[in-house]
Amino acid sequence: MASGVMIFAEQREGKFRKVAYELLNIGRQLADQLGGPLSAVVVGKGVKDLASSLGKYGAEKVYVIDGDPFELYSSQGYASAVANAIKQADPAVFLTGASAMGKDLTPRVSAKLGVGMASDCTALEVVDGKLQITRPVYSGKCYIKVELVGTPQIASVRPNTYPVAEEKEGGAEIVEVDPGISADEIKAKVVRVEKAAEGKIELTEAERIVSGGRGMKSKENFKILFDLADVIGAAVGASRAAVDSGYASQDMQVGQTGKVVNPNLYMAFGISGAIQHLAGMRTSKVIVAVNKDPEAPIFQKADYGIVDDLFKVVPIMIEEFKKLLQE
Amino acid sequence: MKVLVCMKQTPDTEATIKITADKKGIEEQNIKWIMSPYDEFAVEQAIQIKEKLGGETVVVTMGTDRVIESMRTALAMGIDRGVHCWDDAFAGSDALATAKILASVIKAENPDLVLCGRQAIDFDQAQVPAYLAELLGWPQVYAVCKLEIQEGKAICNRRIEGGEEVIETSLPCVMTCDKGLNEPRYASLPGIMKAKKKEVKKWTLAETGLSADEVGEAGSKVKIIEYLPLPERPPGKIFKEMETEDMVKEVVKLLREEAKII
Repeated sequence: MASGVMIFAEQREGKFRKVAYELLNIGRQLADQLGGPLSAVVVGKGVKDLASSLGKYGAEKVYVIDGDPFELYSSQGYASAVANAIKQADPAVFLTGASAMGKDLTPRVSAKLGVGMASDCTALEVVDGKLQITRPVYSGKCYIKVELVGTPQIASVRPNTYPVAEEKEGGAEIVEVDPGISADEIKAKVVRVEKAAEGKIELTEAERIVSGGRGMKSKENFKILFDLADVIGAAVGASRAAVDSGYASQDMQVGQTGKVVNPNLYMAFGISGAIQHLAGMRTSKVIVAVNKDPEAPIFQKADYGIVDDLFKVVPIMIEEFKKLLQE
Repeated sequence: MKVLVCMKQTPDTEATIKITADKKGIEEQNIKWIMSPYDEFAVEQAIQIKEKLGGETVVVTMGTDRVIESMRTALAMGIDRGVHCWDDAFAGSDALATAKILASVIKAENPDLVLCGRQAIDFDQAQVPAYLAELLGWPQVYAVCKLEIQEGKAICNRRIEGGEEVIETSLPCVMTCDKGLNEPRYASLPGIMKAKKKEVKKWTLAETGLSADEVGEAGSKVKIIEYLPLPERPPGKIFKEMETEDMVKEVVKLLREEAKII
């Protein structure tokens, strides 16, 4: 009889992504309500020590698939490995993060197990011993609540939806799992990873985001947003208009054809607030808008707003935040 | 090279979405329907591959007769022919049931490459392509932003956090297309005229070889409990017609004292 919760602890280059710790937090809450253990699955090369560190974050057992074919991500390799771990652990619920890897991996795992899943979820609750899952649909214009037939119930969770699990004392039992696939059966392989600039905060994981739109007027002007971002430890995003005008790179785009972000604080400068943009940042906890146009739709979604020229606002804001953070 | 595109019709991005009284769906009257924008990247890519390497392009979609209009858009852009999957038994299909239906077409068509959009902009699930790949036993690459076809294989880039993965895959393969892959063309007037005469084959339950309980609501594993409106957001505090410095100080103070976020 399936019981408990298993989470996919995503790692790249020997480091877990933040969402892995978020999943351990919500996974623990769900496991306590449903009954049964909290376990994790880790796939990679040379990741056994890393895997056992999850015991400090509440994982009772960690299922590990370790080997050369898993050094870099592959849909077929990782899906086979994870599906085997699920078969061995037999959890009632399986959770992943809706990251680039999670979005590719999770439906393939579901397909292998012949069950359904819910993508990019923003709320998980237990009702009568079953999971009820809420997720945004239609570009975030409404939500649907769904339940899943069959076992396990699989959901990918939007990053930044839950706080990370706290570090405590504790260890996890390590269970090695047969991946059920050999290197030559993996047909799509990552041959290399081309990295963008080091040290940038990833938008989808950022707790604070400073974003610029068409109102920024040039690529050079974005520098003031990077300065502001440095002061408050934020990532810098952009609207589609700013990206299409060449002011910002594609990997900075927030919105329907860009990234979906979920920060605690989202500050929009010179962004009108088209539906395409709202689709990517609507679940932000606090939204600040700065725009010259008092009719800009972004003000209807903002918690705080300033109707003024952003080029006057940003330098003062930088100084005010500096003062505040020095206190 | 034969390329098959899976396309979905969705409400226009700008459409107002109203939940029905029974909370089981959305009101579909007065909605403008379009080809999901990511699918345009897939259609464009298929046409470009044919222009370069020759071969054939096919577009497949599932839905009531309403979706044929969006399929004609793909045909007007330059896709050779279409397959329209519909049967009353298909109604209420979730991603897995939909993938079973589409996979039956793919098996019959036997293409070298299947292209889909990164996600459809109605449910934003991005599930069908991976289900397809698994059902077919093919590799998959999600969110391709650069693609080069070589002899029997493809090299593609996909965006990940902090960079891009470069992936080499054998063919056949299922790929989903992301922004940046290409600039979708507009349908030309002659293209629109030609599209009216292009073949659209009907694909019903009988053609799929599936049983009625494998598709539609009966075959679906995801059950919708209800649609929910967005939570009410209290009206924001918007400052205007004051000295810039005073407005900035107010907002910074509120971020610390009221929102407790800085």
